[in-house]
Amino acid sequence: MADAHAKPQHDYHLVDPSPWPLVGSFSACVMFVGAVVWMKGLFGLEAGTKWLFFVGLAGVLFTMFSWWSDVVKESRKGDHTPVVGIGLRYGMVLFIASEVMFFVSFFWMFFDMAIFNESRAIIPEIGNWMDTAAAWKTWPPTGVELLDPWTLPLMNTVILLLSGTTLTWAHHAIVAGDRKGAKLGLLITVLLGVLFTAVQAYEYYHILHAHLFFSEEAAQAKLYGSIFFMTTGFHGFHVLIGTIFLAVCLMRMYAGQMSPQKHFGLEAAAWYWHFVDVVWLFLFVFMYVVFG
Amino acid sequence: MATAAIHDPHDHKPGFFTRWFLSTNHKDIGLLYLMFAIFTGLIGGALSGLIRWELAEPGIQIFKEGSFVQYLGLVEASKHGYNATVTAHALIMVFFVVMPATMGGFGNYFIPIMIGAPDMAFPRLNNISFWLIFFAFVLLILSMFVDGGPGRGFGGGWTSYPPLSTMGHAGPSFDLAIFSLHVAGASSILGAINFITTIFNMRAPGMTLHRMPLFAWGVLITAFLLLISLPVLAGAITMLLSDRNFGTSFFDPAGGGDPVMYQHLFWFFGHPEVYIMILPGFGMISHIVSTFSKKPIFGYLAMAYAMVAIGFIGFIVWAHHMYTVGMSVNLRAYFVAATMIIAVPTGVKIFSWIATMWGGSISFKTPMLWAMGFIFLFTVGGVTGVVLSNAGIDYSLHDTYYVVAHFHYVLSLGAIFSIFAAFYYWYEKMFGVKYNEFLGQAHFWIMFIGVNLIFFPQHFLGLQGMPRRYVDYPEAYTYWNYVSSVGYVITIVGVGVFLVMLLESAIRRRKAEANPWGEGATTLEWTLSSPPPHHQFNELPVVKADNH
Repeated sequence: MADAHAKPQHDYHLVDPSPWPLVGSFSACVMFVGAVVWMKGLFGLEAGTKWLFFVGLAGVLFTMFSWWSDVVKESRKGDHTPVVGIGLRYGMVLFIASEVMFFVSFFWMFFDMAIFNESRAIIPEIGNWMDTAAAWKTWPPTGVELLDPWTLPLMNTVILLLSGTTLTWAHHAIVAGDRKGAKLGLLITVLLGVLFTAVQAYEYYHILHAHLFFSEEAAQAKLYGSIFFMTTGFHGFHVLIGTIFLAVCLMRMYAGQMSPQKHFGLEAAAWYWHFVDVVWLFLFVFMYVVFG
Repeated sequence: MATAAIHDPHDHKPGFFTRWFLSTNHKDIGLLYLMFAIFTGLIGGALSGLIRWELAEPGIQIFKEGSFVQYLGLVEASKHGYNATVTAHALIMVFFVVMPATMGGFGNYFIPIMIGAPDMAFPRLNNISFWLIFFAFVLLILSMFVDGGPGRGFGGGWTSYPPLSTMGHAGPSFDLAIFSLHVAGASSILGAINFITTIFNMRAPGMTLHRMPLFAWGVLITAFLLLISLPVLAGAITMLLSDRNFGTSFFDPAGGGDPVMYQHLFWFFGHPEVYIMILPGFGMISHIVSTFSKKPIFGYLAMAYAMVAIGFIGFIVWAHHMYTVGMSVNLRAYFVAATMIIAVPTGVKIFSWIATMWGGSISFKTPMLWAMGFIFLFTVGGVTGVVLSNAGIDYSLHDTYYVVAHFHYVLSLGAIFSIFAAFYYWYEKMFGVKYNEFLGQAHFWIMFIGVNLIFFPQHFLGLQGMPRRYVDYPEAYTYWNYVSSVGYVITIVGVGVFLVMLLESAIRRRKAEANPWGEGATTLEWTLSSPPPHHQFNELPVVKADNH
């Protein structure tokens, strides 16, 4: 049958039909219904019921694995011609652009809080509101103990910047055909990523344990903790994704894939990692230093 | 296989399930999107029927115990049910009708063909865009049937401002709606990435950006708007979700949060969103006006860059939706000025369409009627938009039926008319059969009269001070509300004619021509058969002259 197809006279990649979009979307739907079940309880399931969420999540993860396995297989087969490669690059850059805008929404919240903290004090000074008005007359708002940027946060900054350099080392090594150096550089990058996450987890533990943001006195200033955890939390989540992405590239390298000419998977992971890096720099400068 | 020799080898369609459920073909996915948009459009239209029925007379008509709404079961038979109806109507129309039809349907089907590409850049990603929007719709429908807090379903409006969307609706309904928007947003972002990559990377030899059809320009700019604005909405509703479920205080003043910040974030998305709905329509209308005037489009480059300008300015005018929240005078002055500037590139487009028709040999076929209807109605909506852009006037018109009339003129009459125009324009091309010209024209005229009768009186109601999103009104507003509801009945007849038109063409199966419109139709899709082969442009076309 396949022979009946005339060979296309172009270099574009016409992808074969695939079950993953349908499976992935259905799983996402199950996952989100499961999340609502977990949070609120639904369809006779008690709030706190987790299994539906995890069933959906498993489906999503399975889809991701299978889909990207297919992409790697197609790449190995030679479907990724130079023009397709350019398309993939466009795709990755645009995806990162949308991620940037995602973080814009949280930084917008943060700047609104940090720069215009006093505008929150202009509310009717009656009843419970009086405490809120008083709490936001100062920066930081009453009850919030800020973190010292020059301890763990600085260390994490250095860790991430260092991981950026080791990643560049890995990239230059693979371009130069030095597979051993590439593997070593990438391995160190992944380990630094894990280290960053560990330090961040330790810092979170410290904040929660010492009630830095959520003490009794900070009841009127919960906004600070909300934004802090939302923004650093999503950043941490992206570090995790980036680490997995890099780890997959490392495994592919051990499997003998990636050549000096063709290693877009690694490049995409590197772009993503640098994006995560830049978000952290913004976090560090504004959340920890300027308004810290 | 004996037939293999005479069978077009490029035209091997996969089996039914593979073709429609596992598709990686831009035309099949485009058709799926269109069928989906027709289906959701009927649901959204039925919901607006409930609204018009309720508002036909003062007093509670149908949103009460024992009325047919209770037995229908779609929404709760209560005043809260009315709010839930309004909310679901808006969300369905914006996210599940207009966007899937313009970008998903026509964009998918015709962008690759128009730029001379064999398919989209990422065919598999294209399919997940469709299935995500499908399951986002499932989530939204689910949310209509579960507890919202004050009653069944979410009744906080499509803008879902806190505190109504946080402590006002504590039930699981709005959580499902939030996830529905997340999924729909992911679908659109992935679609946007796909369109931008396709248009930048897969244009045929000789198809420079400045030779590209205007529909491709419209979709390209729309894709950028989606890519930049939707993640901000995702962030905003994530914070809503967190306020609702995880005890944060983003929008809760008691903890220092600010509900107005939600409005900023929402409208930073929301304003580009209205251009997302209309820009592809601008592109399609340009082709139709040019085709049926048998003239190239007047001021091609100005038309393209007017859309760029509209897209850009669309990002810096968002707070004109929020004049009454207590912004400073200086800030309002800025947003008034910026908003009014949008009228300039929009005027460029309107006048260029008229100039295209000027001196042309116009044939008043169905798509042209819709296109001219679009230009007229969009101009009316645009003019009332300039009125509303004045912060002073908006102080009294904010959240009145004047605003409702304004945005329905640009969307439900503007965007929807552009969708119907394109639907008739490309009907033969997509389905391989001819539609009935009489039924098409009847559809247009009935619908044109109907929608004008619905929405024009709403200007009067708004000027008289009738607020939107209320289930009841004083008797003074009775007359124009009744007229408006009569208009809905006429519109329903028009929709009926549309369905008859579909049925008639499906039964008669008059064979389509490759190019039914003659010399005026110059874009690449008319060089192919109707419908085009399963994989077109096995050999890429070469574009030589300016061909718009």
